Amino acid sequence: MSYHRPDNLEGALDILAATGARILAGGTDIYPALNGQKLRGVVLDITAIPEISGISENGSGRRIGATTTWAEVAKADLPAGFGALQEAARVIGSRQVQNAGSVGGNLCNASPAADGVPPLLVLDADVEISAKDGVRRVALRDFITGVRQVDLQPQEIVTGLHIAKDNAAGVAAFEKFGAREYLVISISMVAVRIEMSGGLIRNAAISVGSASPVARRLERLEHAMKGREINTLESWRGDVGAELAKVLEPISDIRADADFRLQASEELVMRALSRAILVANG
Amino acid sequence: MSLIAFSVNGTAREVEVDPGKRLSAVLREDLGLLGTKVGCNAGDCGACTVLVGGAVVNACLTPVAQVAGCDIKTIEGLHETRLQAAFLRFGAAQCGICTPAMLVAASALLAESPHPDPEEVRAALGGILCRCTGYAKIVKAVCRANDPLPAKAAPEAGAAIGAGVDRLDGVAKVTGEEMYGADDWPADVALVRALRSPHHRAGFSFGDIEGWRQAHPGVLTVLTAADIPGDNLFGTIPAFVDQPALADGHVRFKGEAVALIVVEPEATDAFDLRGFPVVWTPQKPILDVEAAQVPDAPQLHEDRKGNLLLAGKVRHGDVAARLAGSQFVASAKVETAYVEHAYIEPEAGLAWMDGDVLVIKACTQAPVMDQEATATILDLPIGRVRIIPSATGGGFGAKLDLSVQPLIGLAAIRTGRPCAMAFSRGESMASTTKRHPARMQARIGCDADGRITAMDFTGGFNTGAYASWGPTVANRVPVHASGPYRMQAYSSEARAIHTNGPSAGAFRGFGVPQAAIIQEILFDDLALASGIDRLEFRLGNAFRDGDKSQTGQVLEAVGIVECLEALRPRWLAAHKENAEFNTRNEKVKRGIGVASCWYGCGNTSLPNPSTIRAGITPKGKLVLHQGAMDIGQGANTVITQIFADALGVRLADISLIGPDTMLTPDGGKTSASRQTYVTGKAAELAGRALRGKILTRCNMGDGAQLSLQGGAVVAKESGHEARLDPHALSVDENGYAIAAEESYDPPTKPLDVNGQGIPYAVYGYGAQLAEVEVDMVLGKVKVRHIQAAHDVGRVINPILAEGQIEGGIAQGLGLALMEEYIPGRTENLHDYLIPTFGDMPEIKSHLIEKPDPEGPFGAKGLGEHVLIPTAPAILNAIRDATGARITQLPALPHRVLRAIREVQDV
Repeated sequence: MSYHRPDNLEGALDILAATGARILAGGTDIYPALNGQKLRGVVLDITAIPEISGISENGSGRRIGATTTWAEVAKADLPAGFGALQEAARVIGSRQVQNAGSVGGNLCNASPAADGVPPLLVLDADVEISAKDGVRRVALRDFITGVRQVDLQPQEIVTGLHIAKDNAAGVAAFEKFGAREYLVISISMVAVRIEMSGGLIRNAAISVGSASPVARRLERLEHAMKGREINTLESWRGDVGAELAKVLEPISDIRADADFRLQASEELVMRALSRAILVANG
Repeated sequence: MSLIAFSVNGTAREVEVDPGKRLSAVLREDLGLLGTKVGCNAGDCGACTVLVGGAVVNACLTPVAQVAGCDIKTIEGLHETRLQAAFLRFGAAQCGICTPAMLVAASALLAESPHPDPEEVRAALGGILCRCTGYAKIVKAVCRANDPLPAKAAPEAGAAIGAGVDRLDGVAKVTGEEMYGADDWPADVALVRALRSPHHRAGFSFGDIEGWRQAHPGVLTVLTAADIPGDNLFGTIPAFVDQPALADGHVRFKGEAVALIVVEPEATDAFDLRGFPVVWTPQKPILDVEAAQVPDAPQLHEDRKGNLLLAGKVRHGDVAARLAGSQFVASAKVETAYVEHAYIEPEAGLAWMDGDVLVIKACTQAPVMDQEATATILDLPIGRVRIIPSATGGGFGAKLDLSVQPLIGLAAIRTGRPCAMAFSRGESMASTTKRHPARMQARIGCDADGRITAMDFTGGFNTGAYASWGPTVANRVPVHASGPYRMQAYSSEARAIHTNGPSAGAFRGFGVPQAAIIQEILFDDLALASGIDRLEFRLGNAFRDGDKSQTGQVLEAVGIVECLEALRPRWLAAHKENAEFNTRNEKVKRGIGVASCWYGCGNTSLPNPSTIRAGITPKGKLVLHQGAMDIGQGANTVITQIFADALGVRLADISLIGPDTMLTPDGGKTSASRQTYVTGKAAELAGRALRGKILTRCNMGDGAQLSLQGGAVVAKESGHEARLDPHALSVDENGYAIAAEESYDPPTKPLDVNGQGIPYAVYGYGAQLAEVEVDMVLGKVKVRHIQAAHDVGRVINPILAEGQIEGGIAQGLGLALMEEYIPGRTENLHDYLIPTFGDMPEIKSHLIEKPDPEGPFGAKGLGEHVLIPTAPAILNAIRDATGARITQLPALPHRVLRAIREVQDV
């Protein structure tokens, strides 16, 4: 095998262009998939590149470097709008996985059950993609195109995420549901972010994972919720359920059946909203 | 290859390795640090946890390139810490395979939080699985690591029994020095891998194997069924030996081995077997017991018509008439899943030739059975196979069967090299035995006063492709399906039926845990119907001394009433608390359930002797040859405690020689909850015999006190003292100046055509209550609290006994709530879920002592009993909370919610 671990992005892009290497970050998805065998082929390890790691802030918002680990996300000092992302960071896999697994890797692996995706969807994150001929950005919702499928060309590397300041306003909450505690693949999970004023919802963002090939935002519901009084939350359940039935395409598998995923998602949306409202009200 | 430098436990190291090599493999193979274990190579079990820069990571997911310049800490970096001492003292290590990871992760937590609370410990260690302990003692040890420890128990002569002494083999488990099947392989080892069937049922033929071998440098040899010199068949019960070590032209389950590839360690690329010359002809498989029994179903084994391996039956009385005359009759159908043992150590071992003797050092529960079967397969005289078991990282039944032994043995003979093999997690799960999936139906009746009238039970047990311990399940279930309860009439039949699933064999309880589920569900039905408190209903029907079991055996030393009564205070209090909680809460409901167990210790109406040898060397060293495999349950400690008190010396005076077919007499298999009772009884007899010989030589009576002093045995009685100098005596063929060897075989009688007889000489009893909280909208069950009362006859070691209870409950909880093995789909530890730190309730144990006249010092078995009541107690608690009666296991959230909706819709 040949293994490259450059310490700068330019070098990494050169190697990628020259070799078509497989990109490795925290290894928490690549190694398990080897089924105990050795890592083979040409590998580009991007974890030694400082400019694509860590969380930074500028006037317009925040950038999360692609190789930022979930443990770093969990510990970072971030506004309440990142609450769902930070809660997800604490329940992904195990502490061991959180210490190695990266935010960018979670997106590129594109598992329908990726816990990192719904919280980033409610932040309307843009994915920063670098290649030798420049950098492009694509909305996360467009980046993941299917089960294990992403909008990434062979010579491109996901180098970060951008979250505009306005998209991180308000408070957020994450609900993960699995059949056991710790180290569990979600049956369903939900992220919500809400902005409130005067007891009314001003803006809401809601997304659901593990209940369709790609985690989904619920735009129509979000739109319909604008201006609603938060103390009428329980009366929205019917709307939530109806929207989920239209948007989600849950499967039946060993963890749960499709019908249950729909029902559970509805309840998780209600719980996440309820908790976010509670947080917002201090 | 690259030169990579980092520090390990404060020492600078450099390795010239492939940068993508897993850190776990570098630590173990390149640096010889074997304390870091590999349980799954997928980040699912956490056994390889090490610290990188102070943070926990899975070494199996870490390319070594990423630790360049980092500080790494492994178990070898912990030296005599308070934490390790606490693990030993509190019994936090059982088999010990997860212990290094637990200790390393806990050391990182304690560095930040010296006195953590249980929740912190669970969160910090939650990424590490343990299959033995139920986690309770690990949490306790970490929480209290920096508090003063309880004093070490150092009992005086005659007081070992009942003392919570530290596990005698425990130090190596907390230092990481314990050597398991995959550890301690020599430098010149050749590695063995099996080619396994990707199909549930198929014919196959090989192409040009020699051409493939030549195209793959480093492949020493390829071995197939044609290379097996002896009978290519093994099994666990002589009449049912049916499984080839390597399949010959036809496979009966997915994962069956068909060829072995033996390679140089640096040639493991050849283990990518995608191009191996084998042609499969898949056939339509039979995957459930219904399909196996249709008239035209293909037969898995020619001589087993209708794919029936064995039907076990027990019956007495006129069941139909009794049921017809009952005030209340309840009936149910219950279905359980394949359950995987999921020990954290996959099967592994090393074989080599020592002169003309084949030596095999592998994990196992049954060294002598391994020896006999391997000799048969490899056509060797029994004396030319020596089994030296490695430490065994959990077994729970599946390591009773052969795994690597004949394969590495064959490879070692054919290559002349030491040959080693470690199953991958997927290989372990696909190829080894499981708990039988059961499809059971039963009816039970009672009269107006709640007295059971009759029970009618039938169960189809999917025994998979090969017999393994299926006959034992078929025989054990009908004996036990009544639970520890009186019945006026009884009919019970368990059928073990072949399918193309993995072989179902022994798993803690041999089918009894499944049967207990349906019986205890029906008892709740009847208690509710008759308006009797559910605990009192069970007490009213529980066996008492002098009652006859369903096999007509008169029972003695029956402790079930005491067990149920021990639960009553919590039972009553919890009812009140739950009623109050449930009036205040709609979305979550609490409930409580109770269930019992009984379990016969040892083989069912078959001989299963154990032999213990002990002697004093000319230099005055007292040696105990103890051949019972300690797979974490504590046989090394418990049997030594029994022996010490029988002989009358201090525990500390005994040197232990553990299992080795050349050095220890046969202690039988670690199975059927028999070691404390059967080998313990042999230890008692051997201790007493040795004592008798010593006292005779000293001319002392049995009241004398013995001690070992300065190479001599000293006997004292009422002011008299006598010294026996072993140096002065001639030695026997084992090198002992004075020695004893005693055997014990439980007195049983065969079962007749109606299953009447004396299947076991000793039974243990128990009962558990479970308190649950059910999420009424999401269907998730949280077990909050379990109280477990177990009649062990006589407590030999209370800490080890509690450890068995807590670990059994964890497995029972998994059986109830999450464990479902689906062949071809769940061969990993993220799709197959076992309980983690976060799933376990608080557990309170009550150790009940109703001495058995047959057991050593009154002791009974415990290991399997502890698992049996847990699942039914949880299911009955779910029903108490929600009204929903769960009859398909595991009670995954979607199943629980469906059942709740069904009762709400009525």
